[in-house]
Amino acid sequence: MAKLPLPVEDLIRAYGPTLKHTPPGGWAESARHEGERLVKTHCCFCGQQCGIQLRVRQNEVVGFEPWEEFPFNRGMLCPKGVKRYLQGSHPDRLLDPLLRAEGGFRKASWEEALGTTASRLKEIQAAHGPDSVAVLGGASLISEKSYLLGKFARVALGTRHIDYNGRLCMVSAGTAYKLALGVDRNPNPWSDIPHAQVVLVAGSNVAECFPITTDYLWRMRDNGGKLIIADPRRTPIARNADLYLPVKPGMDVALFAGILHVVLREGLEDRTFIDEHTTGFEAVAEYVKQWDPRRTAEATGVPPESIEKAALWFGTAERAMALHARGIEHHSHGVENVLSVINLCLATGNIGRRGAGPNTITGQGNGQGGREHGQKCDQLPGQRHIEDPAAREYVAKVWGVKPESLPHAGYSAVEIIEAIHRGEIRGLLSICFNPLVSLPDAGYVREALEKLEFFGIIDFFLSETARHADVVLAGSLQEEEEGIVCSGEGRVIKINKAVDPPGNARGDSRIIVDLARRLGQGQYFQFPSTREIFNELRVASKGGTADYSGITWERLEKEMGLFWPVPEEGHPGTPRFFEGGHFKYPDGKARFLAAEVRPGGDPLDAEYPLYLTTGRVVSQFLSGTQTRRIGPLVDQYPEPQVELHPELAAQHGIANGDLVTVTSRRASVTLPAMVVRTIRPDTVFIPYHWPERKSANNLTHRTLDPRSKIPEYKCSACRVAKAETPAGLKANGRLNVLGWR
Amino acid sequence: MHGYEFYADPSRCIGCQSCVNACAECGTHRGVSMIHLDFLDREWTTATTPMVCMHCEDPTCAQACPADAIKKGEDGVVRSALKPRCIACSNCVLACPFGVPKVEVAMELMMKCDMCYDRTSVGLRPMCATVCPSQALMYVTPDEAARLRRDRPVNTFRFGNQEVRTKVYMYLPQGEEQLEVDVIHDMWRPEE
Repeated sequence: MAKLPLPVEDLIRAYGPTLKHTPPGGWAESARHEGERLVKTHCCFCGQQCGIQLRVRQNEVVGFEPWEEFPFNRGMLCPKGVKRYLQGSHPDRLLDPLLRAEGGFRKASWEEALGTTASRLKEIQAAHGPDSVAVLGGASLISEKSYLLGKFARVALGTRHIDYNGRLCMVSAGTAYKLALGVDRNPNPWSDIPHAQVVLVAGSNVAECFPITTDYLWRMRDNGGKLIIADPRRTPIARNADLYLPVKPGMDVALFAGILHVVLREGLEDRTFIDEHTTGFEAVAEYVKQWDPRRTAEATGVPPESIEKAALWFGTAERAMALHARGIEHHSHGVENVLSVINLCLATGNIGRRGAGPNTITGQGNGQGGREHGQKCDQLPGQRHIEDPAAREYVAKVWGVKPESLPHAGYSAVEIIEAIHRGEIRGLLSICFNPLVSLPDAGYVREALEKLEFFGIIDFFLSETARHADVVLAGSLQEEEEGIVCSGEGRVIKINKAVDPPGNARGDSRIIVDLARRLGQGQYFQFPSTREIFNELRVASKGGTADYSGITWERLEKEMGLFWPVPEEGHPGTPRFFEGGHFKYPDGKARFLAAEVRPGGDPLDAEYPLYLTTGRVVSQFLSGTQTRRIGPLVDQYPEPQVELHPELAAQHGIANGDLVTVTSRRASVTLPAMVVRTIRPDTVFIPYHWPERKSANNLTHRTLDPRSKIPEYKCSACRVAKAETPAGLKANGRLNVLGWR
Repeated sequence: MHGYEFYADPSRCIGCQSCVNACAECGTHRGVSMIHLDFLDREWTTATTPMVCMHCEDPTCAQACPADAIKKGEDGVVRSALKPRCIACSNCVLACPFGVPKVEVAMELMMKCDMCYDRTSVGLRPMCATVCPSQALMYVTPDEAARLRRDRPVNTFRFGNQEVRTKVYMYLPQGEEQLEVDVIHDMWRPEE
């Protein structure tokens, strides 16, 4: 049903990606500022959510101006932020709904597109039950849309199965923080970082994925603090680290166990803190006894003396922070990896103070906010658990439905794809998600999309995934609707509308409300604008963990954001959690939890003797739906390359710029080699932003963390071989590393 | 902006090219960046350096210009070549010890960084130093620079026999005994 309606080349010709290099009207027009207004808002990309001003003229975003007053980034921006405005007025923009037709897609009226979508979803549910339809959402959506989508799935469709692409991002961290500390939120505001004496960054390519955090780390070092980086690659931030730990992919638990081992051996733990504010320490202490530096070195590839040094620095600092990201979280033991970081902080009393604490660096724009209000398969608004009877009763009351009518917890993102394969899920409605590029084992995802009986998608560009849709509902960019997001540090901030959706495209929220109406549930979706959605969200979150009830849009603008919880109007917000060692459990104590070394889901063997790890480059974002259409960002890093060490390259006769084939148990991918000494010789790295034959996710595997359900992107088994360079392609043309950017 | 100085610290640069992309947004050079971002030796290191115009006290580019097209303002900022005079001969490109000027062949004009004259003249910081996420490019008062940084800013450079003093300061990295840049040096391997 949902096979591609046309060859890929034809679809690209019609719908892009097309590279846009110049502002609307060209540079001469852009240089004139007459009739222009500045809209204070935030970048649409990562979880740093930098403040930015968009230059707007006649319903077009024509450029940007730094917003130096916004305290988080003070005018700083990465190249994605600088060029984000080029996603507006883009030739690839979908201006009308599309319906699959003979020979591709045809433009359709909203009446036809919405009517078809609603009736097809209803037919499938009538024949196969409410759970035969699933909803996929995204963590780039403003919180109003996230909330609306969760309510839509549970009330309008009545399906259990709604999940979102935040599942590929922060869920291991969220799960671990909730288990250990009783709440899924970062303990510290970013302004704490410069006050730390030691910062351990584990599995985060800060310079490329969260460039603004670099300034916080450099300021920490200016204040005399020490920077420790644990990563299989010497990333740009690691270059200036005081200590670099080149950990073997997948061995993070061992590394942190080894560090804690030395902390305890040297008596550097904070006994008073452990006794008064935690439980479960003894079992963890017992476990790490076996991880002496020598054994840890054997497991992790980090020298014993580096492990000793890291432990001494972290253990003797009055204020130490540990920052981590997908590098330790994208594992089938991602939750344990994060728990082992939390254990180290708890043991040394490094939490709940300025400059002390574990924190995850959120990857997606509304990563935090997007999971708090209901598009996660097991949560209701306010970060309430969907199986908690009191939560069900409260939220059902706010929604005006019966608690027993609320579906129970459904499948996570990868599990939804698997259920489509099984024929259990037959219809899908998706927004803000490009699973064909972003989910592991891309071939498997493609097969699933091809099996769907109906696939409706809301998007502003025809993403690789949207090409498989039966109906494409032309939706809105971030700058086309007003609302809020919650940044990585837990700060709720205001997204301002700059322009109306162009052509016949519509705001996402209006599309979802219209669909609910057509599904016969309009009485539960009386939302003339996103403001009414926000006001209901406030009520729905009241009394929950992520309590937004005291937040107003006006306060957010006036106060440059508010850190949740804000349980009443006038409440100042909560920038730092756990002060005084008070944790969010009834007994007020944090939990040391077992984090023990266990193998990943795709072990190395003689046939696949190397680690494959994946990640980002600074000029691209996630599946590239937006950034692969922005010319200057594509010019900066045009296509994926395989990073490998010269020692490994020499074994296979691979020179810089040669084509190299990387083969995993799923597939092979052939890309140019980038031979660098900044990666372990047993590891290769491929950035994942590209589709089809260039997709790193052809190679990755679907093993999930049993608790967080995050896929294990950061550790697959592979082998490499030199590939024949096709005649006519000069291997050392623009693929040459030195001429690489 | 009176009293503000421009500081460059390559050791803080993360190679993100925010400066390059932001520079290209300027209305006067429209899509073309005046900043050079160099990977020093990507095989060995991720180290990068952003090269802006250093705005020399006695600009070599101006000395070498046969058309007298390159002028320094009273503010010490060396401007792009004057369009009516520039003959696009590239002498400045060859002469500049820092390798800064570019000749835009299509425009038959030498162009270089003018420290965002359009911005600084209305109280805005230069675009590159505003957006730089690592503050490898920084535009602050000397007092602020002294408060923020421990390294020493220098503005005197020797190129063979030529000594060049510049308006822009560059931070010298603190001395290191040695620099190990291969991941292997930091790894532990059982056979060792």
